[in-house]
Amino acid sequence: MNGDTSADDVANNKVLTRQLPTAADAAAIERGKYVAIASDCTACHTMTESKLSLAGGYLISTPFGGIYSSNITPDVETGIGNWTERDFFRAVRHGKGKQGENLYPAMPYNAYVKLTDEDMHDLWMYMRSVKPIHHQVPETDLGFPFNIRLIMMGWNLLFFRNDSFQMDLSKSAEWNRGAYLVEGPEHCAVCHTPKNIIGGDSSKYLQGSNPGEWHAPDITPDPYTGIGLWSEQQVIDYLKLGSNHVAVASGPMAEAVTNSTQHLTDTDLKAIAVYLKQVPASKTIRPPSIAPDTAQMKIGENVYSANCTACHNSDGKGIPNLAASLAGNPGLMADDASSIITTILQGGRGAVTVGNPTSAAMPSFAWKLSDEQAAAAATYLRNSWGNAAGAVSADEVARARAELKLPAQMAGQ
Amino acid sequence: MKNVRPKADVAIVGLGWCGSLIAEELSRAGLNVVAIERGPWFETSTDFPPSVDTDELRWDTRRSMLLPPAVETTTFRNNITQTALPSREWNLNELGYNVGGSGTHWAGMAWRFTPFDFEPYSQTIKRYGKSQIAKGVILQDWGITYDELEPFYDRFEKIAGVSGKAGKLKGKIIPDGNPFEGNRSSEYPLPPLESMRLTDIFTEGAKKIGLHPFMVPAGQASRAYVNPLGVRMGPCTYCGYCLYYGCGNFSKSSPNACVIPALMQRENFTVLTDSAVVRVNTADDGKTATGVTYLDKNKKEWVQPADIVILSAFQLQNVRLLLLSKIGIPYNAVTKTGVVGRAYSFQTVSGAALYFRNENLNQFIGAGALSSQVDDWNGDNFDHTGLGFIGGAGILVVARGARPIGNADSLPPGTPRWGKDWKKAYTHAFQNATFIFGQGTSFSHEDYYLDLDPEYKDDNGNPLLRVTFDYNDNDRRSAKFIEEKSVEIGKSMGAEQVIGTNSASGSYSPYNFASDHTIGGAVMGTHPETSVVNRYQQCWDVHNLFVLGASSFPNNAGYNPTGTIGALSLWTAKAIIEQYLKNPGPLVKV
Amino acid sequence: MKRREFLTSITALSVASTIPNMSQAEVVNGGQPWVPGNVKTPLAPPRKGGLQYLTQHEFDTVGAIAERFIPADETSLSGKDAGCAIFIDRQLAGDYGNAVAIYRLGRFVKGTPEQGPQSPLTPAQRYRLGIAALDKAMQLQYGKQFLSLSSELQDQVLSEMEKDALNLGEDVETRVLFELLLQNVREGFLSDPIYGGNKDMTSWKMIGFPGARYDFRDLLPKKGLKLNIIPTSLIDNTL
Repeated sequence: MNGDTSADDVANNKVLTRQLPTAADAAAIERGKYVAIASDCTACHTMTESKLSLAGGYLISTPFGGIYSSNITPDVETGIGNWTERDFFRAVRHGKGKQGENLYPAMPYNAYVKLTDEDMHDLWMYMRSVKPIHHQVPETDLGFPFNIRLIMMGWNLLFFRNDSFQMDLSKSAEWNRGAYLVEGPEHCAVCHTPKNIIGGDSSKYLQGSNPGEWHAPDITPDPYTGIGLWSEQQVIDYLKLGSNHVAVASGPMAEAVTNSTQHLTDTDLKAIAVYLKQVPASKTIRPPSIAPDTAQMKIGENVYSANCTACHNSDGKGIPNLAASLAGNPGLMADDASSIITTILQGGRGAVTVGNPTSAAMPSFAWKLSDEQAAAAATYLRNSWGNAAGAVSADEVARARAELKLPAQMAGQ
Repeated sequence: MKNVRPKADVAIVGLGWCGSLIAEELSRAGLNVVAIERGPWFETSTDFPPSVDTDELRWDTRRSMLLPPAVETTTFRNNITQTALPSREWNLNELGYNVGGSGTHWAGMAWRFTPFDFEPYSQTIKRYGKSQIAKGVILQDWGITYDELEPFYDRFEKIAGVSGKAGKLKGKIIPDGNPFEGNRSSEYPLPPLESMRLTDIFTEGAKKIGLHPFMVPAGQASRAYVNPLGVRMGPCTYCGYCLYYGCGNFSKSSPNACVIPALMQRENFTVLTDSAVVRVNTADDGKTATGVTYLDKNKKEWVQPADIVILSAFQLQNVRLLLLSKIGIPYNAVTKTGVVGRAYSFQTVSGAALYFRNENLNQFIGAGALSSQVDDWNGDNFDHTGLGFIGGAGILVVARGARPIGNADSLPPGTPRWGKDWKKAYTHAFQNATFIFGQGTSFSHEDYYLDLDPEYKDDNGNPLLRVTFDYNDNDRRSAKFIEEKSVEIGKSMGAEQVIGTNSASGSYSPYNFASDHTIGGAVMGTHPETSVVNRYQQCWDVHNLFVLGASSFPNNAGYNPTGTIGALSLWTAKAIIEQYLKNPGPLVKV
Repeated sequence: MKRREFLTSITALSVASTIPNMSQAEVVNGGQPWVPGNVKTPLAPPRKGGLQYLTQHEFDTVGAIAERFIPADETSLSGKDAGCAIFIDRQLAGDYGNAVAIYRLGRFVKGTPEQGPQSPLTPAQRYRLGIAALDKAMQLQYGKQFLSLSSELQDQVLSEMEKDALNLGEDVETRVLFELLLQNVREGFLSDPIYGGNKDMTSWKMIGFPGARYDFRDLLPKKGLKLNIIPTSLIDNTL
């Protein structure tokens, strides 16, 4: 790992985080709050269902075991109150603790290394302004987390590239802003780029990956599994509202939308859309669609008709901003079917945003459908209404059911 | 030791339609609002998704969503010569027991009352004279007119996503709407639901005899919809699982589907669930409320202090809590003095059973308010001269879903109820048996009222509410009239057998499920001697106490009450925000 | 106003969290609680076979009654073969059988017909007392238990019960018992098979009820026509 933190020396090493900011710092704090939202610090540093904002204690599962996120409020005893700004920079951008020790790589340093000095300074000012909360985070790892937030389940070791953000002068300012946000604060690649065998990012940038029992889809402009057929506005809608003409953000992405992207400015959202639409497309090969008259497809059709059409419609088009369209839904057709399997078994709630407070959720079907039925339904969805993707097997469903610790189909009398 | 929560600006008792509508208004106005709900939290995808909804035994036959009599019931007697006894089993008092209240399990008929319904006394005197009013019948104007309430009806319909067709829009009569309705400032937010075979037959049959049928305004979204609070509803899929069921696909209007998602995003709103309010607390001089006392899930007693208290716990509970809290003067049926518990009414139901010869009604395709109605014989829409009664009924059919267990006795008279012949008859009746429902006005009477039972208590040791009620002469006469009219319509519909029915011909019983609309007891009015609350639903005696619900109605119209309950809640919210907060005190001087 | 409060108030318009405060289980604020995988399913059926409440004899008697109420023919299985007695056994063992939802405080005083049931007996108790009393009466009148009577005689006895013309002793209200039996048999015949009855959806096939379906929009154009929808149930592996 590249341990050179000289880029952080620009930060002041005297003023402590616990020192109250002055009235003159108000603008920096406001900017810093935005950086915190864009970077979604709260996703890991606030415990689920807790009002202890940024006080840590969230258990992240990694190949090394369970790691508790730290308390990053200015509390002196249990938080970062005695840290200097330079300590802060080193932690966020280079994964170094106050004594220079390596912090566990659960923090996406690979992405945050790209945060500019100005954004880092503002972020630190914001951290000085949040309420200090005395909250001792546990040291030991207590095993597998029983929690709601799935964004960090099954985390892979990051391959750390110690590069600051480089502007591409051949592209527009808007594109560069989008690149900065996606590569830096929003750290999209952490979920959306598949990892190589030692856990670093592969070269298939943003082409879809699996952080746990969800598949974070291809968000390149590929027309089959990516956002190629989406307009810039449809990308913006998804990130701001939590849904667009076809897709509804659910699972870990719902949280990212709720806590982070819905609060970005319209200009920033457009920049992200512009950038994503110009990323190299994945060129995923579309298989032939499975014929409707196979045994599995017929079962799938019956299961779908009895259980799903009340929200997703017999034409697969769903209810806009309420129930995802399955017809023409790129994430659904990813080769990896984890997300649809997880959703059928466990249910899923669409992102709750200011623009869409409805909190509509799909119920869990684990109790109602057998592995065979859930697999058939998933296969049917992936191959109807013009869709085409590989079949899903009952074994895959059985494995997911076990991992998610969900019950088997309820037995009859 | 007293457990006391931090003081709230507003404490709301019961988070159903009234509670959630006023909570939304007041929290949006910046007040710190705490709602206290006896039942548990309810979430569509967890508690009543489509996958568990399709279960008649659980939700309908066993009433799984409703307040069990074991938790609380009423005692009942037909008149004061009898001793009231508890209504021990499931009966027509159908309270909710969850966040959303009865608004979660209701059928969805979303009506406005007519101008007459708010001023029945002055309009009756004007048109017919005092002699038209039967002895003992309580008839009084509400203190509010339809025109004043119109904008609030409009807002309620938009929040709820009501599907319908205006019949009187900005003064003009529109064909296929209800020509007898009060004047509307705007169309319904959604077009009517699709007509079914049954509603088609009714519409044809009614038109044939010169009546004016129209589709009933339905609390089922006919299209996907976004309401003024930004909350989204899905389109109704005509599944037939409406009354007694939660709606699994966000298409039935309910507090859960329409208000709560927006409400729960507000930091200044909190709901305490599984918490039963037992008393409204008042200051020593009795002139203001200081908050409420409730029992939490472990029966531990807590106090929620508040500057304003709102009772929105369902009509029966509102009256009971007033009595338990010793607020207002309880009604005495012997001396005919007092007001709390006075002017109790119901719904006068008569109609006809219909048995067709060879139909495919497919009644399992339907929705709770998928209905066709005529209002020609409702309210004061026809000349009552010489008839000896006032009021009437909306006469309707409803394609509300088929209940295999519930309909097993819907058989022509004389049909065996078991055995081979029953099987054959039921198979036929499942597609051919239906009924015409005359949902009639109900006027309160000085002999019938609510008070606290002297003997029976709930499991917290608090007296149950005692219901003393029977049909009065006026309503018996109107019921007979409506039965005849229903039979006429049934014959015009071409049913092979048409048999008049009339629940007001005998004595009222809570076990005769004519209707579940229980009304009045803390009525609004122009004077404290004849009402408990003023026209803003503000308690005359305790100015920071507001009582919302059908308990406010001094008489019941020939319609379901929810739309009017919703409109009145919004009306009260406005009065609190624009008048009361600026100058706390009685809003009506008398 | 302290300086930190002033500063934090700049950022006071906080991001509305959708993760509600559930730290005290019954205080809900800041969003709607939702847990993936959490559904209020119908009560899980117990292990197959075996009896939960009824004795074997009671079970057989209930089965015989179910068969008289709903005989087998070309339109459906009999009430017995459809599993009505299994259904009833399970119901009597649960909340329904134990009258959990019923108000059972205070004195039990018989009132007017309008005031409805005023008995302390639970459905489970009524079955126990009722079947015993029925057998006793049959023994007295015909020298056999109900179960051993011919079908015609069973029909006759049931008709008498329906008309309240059969004295079953002080502890049993005959008419109430009859209505309870008829209601429960119908429930067993017509409810979702997950509850133990309505085997293979036999009753729904008979009357043409589509069962556990939620979307009929595609059938709206076919009003007034015979639809022949294949019924489905809550758990249906024949789909």
